[in-house]
Amino acid sequence: MSDSTAIANGAPEAQHHEHPSYQRHHFESVEQQADATNFAMWLFLLTEIMFFGGLFTAYLIYRNWYYPAFVAASHQLNIFWGTANTGVLISSSFTMAMGVWCAETRRKSGLVLCLVLTFVLGLIFLGIKTIEYSEKIEKHHVPGFHYSVKNFTDPASDPETYKEYKDKPMPLDMARHTELYFFLYFAMTGMHALHMIIGIAILGFMIFRARAGAYTGGHVTFVENFGLYWHFVDIIWIFLFPLLYLISRHQ
Amino acid sequence: MNEITHQPAAEHGEHEHHVTPPIVYMVIFGCLLAFTALTVGASYIEMGVFNPIVALAIGVIKATLVVLFFMGVKYSTKLTKLTLGAGLFTFLALIGMTLADYISRAWGRW
Repeated sequence: MSDSTAIANGAPEAQHHEHPSYQRHHFESVEQQADATNFAMWLFLLTEIMFFGGLFTAYLIYRNWYYPAFVAASHQLNIFWGTANTGVLISSSFTMAMGVWCAETRRKSGLVLCLVLTFVLGLIFLGIKTIEYSEKIEKHHVPGFHYSVKNFTDPASDPETYKEYKDKPMPLDMARHTELYFFLYFAMTGMHALHMIIGIAILGFMIFRARAGAYTGGHVTFVENFGLYWHFVDIIWIFLFPLLYLISRHQ
Repeated sequence: MNEITHQPAAEHGEHEHHVTPPIVYMVIFGCLLAFTALTVGASYIEMGVFNPIVALAIGVIKATLVVLFFMGVKYSTKLTKLTLGAGLFTFLALIGMTLADYISRAWGRW
């Protein structure tokens, strides 16, 4: 594609190497192009690490400051749904990795199948997240004007959680800090979900392109780099899950 | 894990490209699910201060598996490895400095 344009525009023949159509002119070789693109993707992921890192650091510090509030608030999360979602996300990472393999070994229908599975698993993850969010909305645990500390100043008002954890009533000045936990909960899982939504949108685009055979002709950079993004989102969840759901069970 | 396969058709000098065989992905997938079960199981055991430490350690192991195999860093160029290493170092340095500040100033006096 770029070859013919360059020739039509009268690019100097001397500098024109024989190369596949997907190689850009400013690269010496396909390998150099792939390495450069891969490097760029990793740099982007580093900025993402810094971005989520800030949220994780805030969580770390506030959890230590307002420890009783964070413990009681995290008892509100449902470990069953959290575990199920972790399984779903890891499975989607696996299907994505298999998709990269299919692209590399030029299996078109395999690639389409893997991308569709990844797409569906991503949607299931968001569906489960919706179930969890709606419970928070019902219980007035979304930070803001409608936030209620009732379940923390009077734990018995929430029989289901009380049965499991037997939390003691907290004084109001500590109980109000549970709002900070839920703020960080929604900020972290919400940003994670936003990354999932963007990823699912790109997956939809890739499914169409893959059906047309775009990634199974030897040029796999796009699938590979999208895979890096998808796995990165998986890694964020690998840390969110224990920190938000698990570590306060016994405190 | 040590098979190094090349792209099937190597028309006009296509670059060498490591293809991770599916069996590796399947083994890693199994490990990740096992570690997930382990971390949930561990959260049901009373370990005091070690609960978060164990949970984070398992998280780090899982993340390492994903980075090395799913993201293929194990087979990638030195540049990629250095980039990732530099990023993790910067991340830990920033967290370390932030925590040093909080711990040494107002800890316990909020």
